[in-house]
Amino acid sequence: MEFSEHIKTANVEDVVLRQPLHPPSRGTLCITGHHLLFSVREEVSSRQVLLLLRNIDAIEKRVNAPICISCLITLFLKSFLTSVENLFAYSGLISNAGRNESRISGSSGTITIKCKDLRVLQLDIPGMEQCLNIARSIETLSCLDCVSEMYPFFYRPSDISLQDQWGLSTPEKHYTQMKELQDRWRLSTVNKDYTVCPSYPPAVIVPMDVDDDVLKKVAKFRQGGRFPVLCYYHRKNGMVIMRSSQPLTGANRKRCKEDELLLQAVIDTSDKGYIIDTRSSQQAQQARITGGGFESKSCYNRWKRLHRHMERGKALQESLIKVVEACGDNSHNMDRWLSKLENSKWLSHVQTALSTAGLLAECVERDGHSVLVHGSEGIDSTLLISTLAQLIMDPSCRTLEGFLVLLEREWVQAGHPFQQRCAHSAHSHARLQQESPVFLLLLDCVWQVWRQFPLALGFSEALLLKLATEAYASDYGTFLCNSDQERCALGVKEKTHCLFQAVLRPLEREHYSNPLYEPTELAIWPSVHPQSLQLWRGFFLRWTQQTRHLEEAQEEIRNMVTEWGKMALS
Amino acid sequence: MEHIRLPKVENVRLLDRISTRRSRVGTLYLTATHTIFVENEAGVRNETWVLHSLVYSVEKATTTSGCLLVIHCKNFQVLQFVIPQERECYDVHLSLQRLSQPESYEELYCFSYKPNVDEEERLQEWDFLDHKADYSRMGLPNCLWKLSPVNRHYKVSDTYPANLFVPDSAASPVIVGSSKFRSRGRFPTLSYYSKENHAAICRSSQPLSGFSARCLEDEQMLEAILRSNPRSDFMYVVDTRPKLNAIANRAAGKGYENEDNYSNIKFQFIGIENIHVMRNSQQKMLEVCELRSPSMSNFLEGLESSGWLKHIKAVLDAGIFIAKVLIEKDWVSFGHKFSHRCNHLVGDPKEVSPIIDQFLECVWQLMEQFPCAFEFNERFLITIHSHIYSCQYGNFIGNNQRERKELGFWRGLYNRFDRGMHPRQSVEDHLRAIQEETQQLKEQLASHKKKIAKLEQEQEWSVTQKAATFDKSPTAWALGHDLGLANTPQDYTGDFLTSSPCQLKVPEGSLILIPQDLNKTSDSNHSNGSDQESGIADLSCRSPFSEDSTRDPDSDEAAYSAA
Repeated sequence: MEFSEHIKTANVEDVVLRQPLHPPSRGTLCITGHHLLFSVREEVSSRQVLLLLRNIDAIEKRVNAPICISCLITLFLKSFLTSVENLFAYSGLISNAGRNESRISGSSGTITIKCKDLRVLQLDIPGMEQCLNIARSIETLSCLDCVSEMYPFFYRPSDISLQDQWGLSTPEKHYTQMKELQDRWRLSTVNKDYTVCPSYPPAVIVPMDVDDDVLKKVAKFRQGGRFPVLCYYHRKNGMVIMRSSQPLTGANRKRCKEDELLLQAVIDTSDKGYIIDTRSSQQAQQARITGGGFESKSCYNRWKRLHRHMERGKALQESLIKVVEACGDNSHNMDRWLSKLENSKWLSHVQTALSTAGLLAECVERDGHSVLVHGSEGIDSTLLISTLAQLIMDPSCRTLEGFLVLLEREWVQAGHPFQQRCAHSAHSHARLQQESPVFLLLLDCVWQVWRQFPLALGFSEALLLKLATEAYASDYGTFLCNSDQERCALGVKEKTHCLFQAVLRPLEREHYSNPLYEPTELAIWPSVHPQSLQLWRGFFLRWTQQTRHLEEAQEEIRNMVTEWGKMALS
Repeated sequence: MEHIRLPKVENVRLLDRISTRRSRVGTLYLTATHTIFVENEAGVRNETWVLHSLVYSVEKATTTSGCLLVIHCKNFQVLQFVIPQERECYDVHLSLQRLSQPESYEELYCFSYKPNVDEEERLQEWDFLDHKADYSRMGLPNCLWKLSPVNRHYKVSDTYPANLFVPDSAASPVIVGSSKFRSRGRFPTLSYYSKENHAAICRSSQPLSGFSARCLEDEQMLEAILRSNPRSDFMYVVDTRPKLNAIANRAAGKGYENEDNYSNIKFQFIGIENIHVMRNSQQKMLEVCELRSPSMSNFLEGLESSGWLKHIKAVLDAGIFIAKVLIEKDWVSFGHKFSHRCNHLVGDPKEVSPIIDQFLECVWQLMEQFPCAFEFNERFLITIHSHIYSCQYGNFIGNNQRERKELGFWRGLYNRFDRGMHPRQSVEDHLRAIQEETQQLKEQLASHKKKIAKLEQEQEWSVTQKAATFDKSPTAWALGHDLGLANTPQDYTGDFLTSSPCQLKVPEGSLILIPQDLNKTSDSNHSNGSDQESGIADLSCRSPFSEDSTRDPDSDEAAYSAA
């Protein structure tokens, strides 16, 4: 493998691993192209810790040289000449100055590994050289850019086959299942070679009366070609949720007749629809300067526009960084904790997302109107609130399988750029580019709903945690790439395994389902009052003892239900 | 009765604190013990009962639609009535103010409350907390600790119980002498004893040491406590106050133990603020809870500036410190005037303090973190909070590093009556139903097995019969829900049932199942279970966004919100 060029030291003996919830253990560290493998060398047990390198967000290295006067003097003198900030420079100094192997052999190094799943590990490695080699390998291998070299392309578990179906559903299947909508909606394959909209799947659902030529013209009027498509059909009243990107009206208020026609076709002549814009109206106005814009009242007179300002992009990533930092701060001070939590704004984002989704669901379910959702690109907050609204309204989205199908449709197929958004998590010092924890925010919101309706969702918190981890680093190909097109080009569906399928295997299914699940046909309206929203402890404080107690309680519940189930059967 | 100026007011509106859409019209009654609001709506018997002694404050204000009467309750219920006539509102206000502040204990509701229990049972109820049994659970009395008769007639300390445990070596004159040196005579006495390592927790009030006073008997008393643990050669004296407060108290002739005068004590201040700070903090916190539609930031900022969770943490930290000391086989003597301050009688409002709220909240915080370690549940705590009986539990929960991140806001207590805010489904109810059914099924199975064995003996065993007997069990969930309703009237208040939109199987007016007199004792909102839509949150919590709409003439925001 080409990875070997990045690995100078593959094995180190006598390494001490410190990880949360475990006592320190001594063993052998081994680095491969995709993993850190730590084997505990005790006679009684041969435990192994396997860490996907992709899971590593940031590392810090510290070299502990033995106390040696000549070293200190060298260092002291040299520090006048070059400011020693980087420890690499430090190591270089000493090896240049000394070249005395015996002096270095007494030294050791410590690597602190901060993972994307928020775990923090520490490795004490004997030998400075080895430590630095390992650190360098981790730094390089944990953020390789080439998707086809990533682990999902190499992961071959014995119990699943590549021939198995990849994914749970397709747009075609989704359309066929919904008989009710077929007289007014059709499946269009205008995007079959991804030329109309690179981030859409090959097939999308659009109004019956709108032909493919119109769609092509509309696509040119929408950012990234994301023309309005159907994402949810509400059986109770036939109303729909559509989603798209912003219209490219620009500064001189350009119009597109086809776009207006398409939206007109969504609603009956007598009816009116709502457009929920996930930007503030100010932001929407400003977007016109850069060629974007919004649907003006005069051109779309049957559509009422509502603005809800949702944070996105960099601001959201910074919010995540702050909340994780607050959780990692171990000073025992209540005031600082609350102000840090407040300052991170993470819970405010949760509140906004849930209340906007609630508003969307209210429009559809209670007021009986169809809604178009978009922000600017239509690949982040748009998907966030359309997903949450479906969870609120549609009972079939609340089963384990239904929820996964929903995620597959609204996030994987709908073109949320996982590769860009989840490249780094909260610990990374790398300069922010396209990172943004939108998917994590979705999972947090779903958790809040789960907490308020512990009986209404068919899946467990463990599933949400699993998804939160896998989106950032995974054995599976589900969250690779930024769109269906990219996945096709790389053969992801042929060469990797699918997480959603794996989660539904019998043993896993038990772990990821909610033992208390009791289906309800009613909409589940979450409370969005600050008093009702909580920090997602299971995720943000996942590696603490406290979370273990909560897990025990979940386990206890599962046992009770199992016992009850047995008794009821007998 | 003479305090009721107006027993009945018609056409009163009860506002919903969260959603203005959901106000109710009905009749307001004032009785000797309760304020009762009966909703007018035909076919629905929806009553809200509020015990007068639970009323904390009554305020009135004039609005355009009538006179607003706001009742704040000690259980954090806030009721807002709109009364059409100014005159009526005035009368109700005056009556309630008098009724909610009885001048003697005899006026309290517990003296007029007559459930269907005969006298003997009533007395037995009072023996529920058998102190002796509790002490014998701790392995007392033994050769180190003895029961002292010194306070039998409440002469030494009128705030202490009659039965008190003291070190075996402490003679009566020493105890009496020590009590004279302590505020309100509360001399050091045992509160918890660990038979595993002989460590104990004693409590007392502050010593009247002033700047230099000493008391030989008090020093002997502490010495006796120290000596009653043969394994330890020193003990901690923990003062729950901040050091500054203790020093300030010296000027009033009170103070703290001088380490020079007492042999082998280690003195430790814990820094729990006094009742005045606590009361203000709680008041601020409650104000935050009552904000109509706060943003997340408003709420967290408000919660932080109230300092409430900081105080809760301080109390928990104190508990942890003492538990640790105890586990480390040492000694604690504990001084604080831990009298219950619940504002039952007219008195100095400055002496009211939320200590019991804090205690219960601390227990709740522990429960949140150790869901499997407690036998009781959140509802039990809330029931206690409502009734404030004296209760005692002695379960120690190990040695835990607790961090402030673990502390959360107890919505279940402070926003208990805001139904729109509630957790929509209760795992506990569900589990209880499951557990009870499991138990029933187990019993059924056992009895069937017996029957089968018997039948086999008689050689008449047949498959058909077996199938027939199993038929008795109704389907699991139907049973679960029936059980949930029928078996827990003392726990269920209308809130828990109505706030779950998924309790489809709850029949209309299902709370009729609750026995009538229980209805009266419970002071919470007994609204009916028919509010199937109550799961609908008030998404009008839109204030953070609405500014946008006013700036944008093109947006239809306002139109939608009004619709």
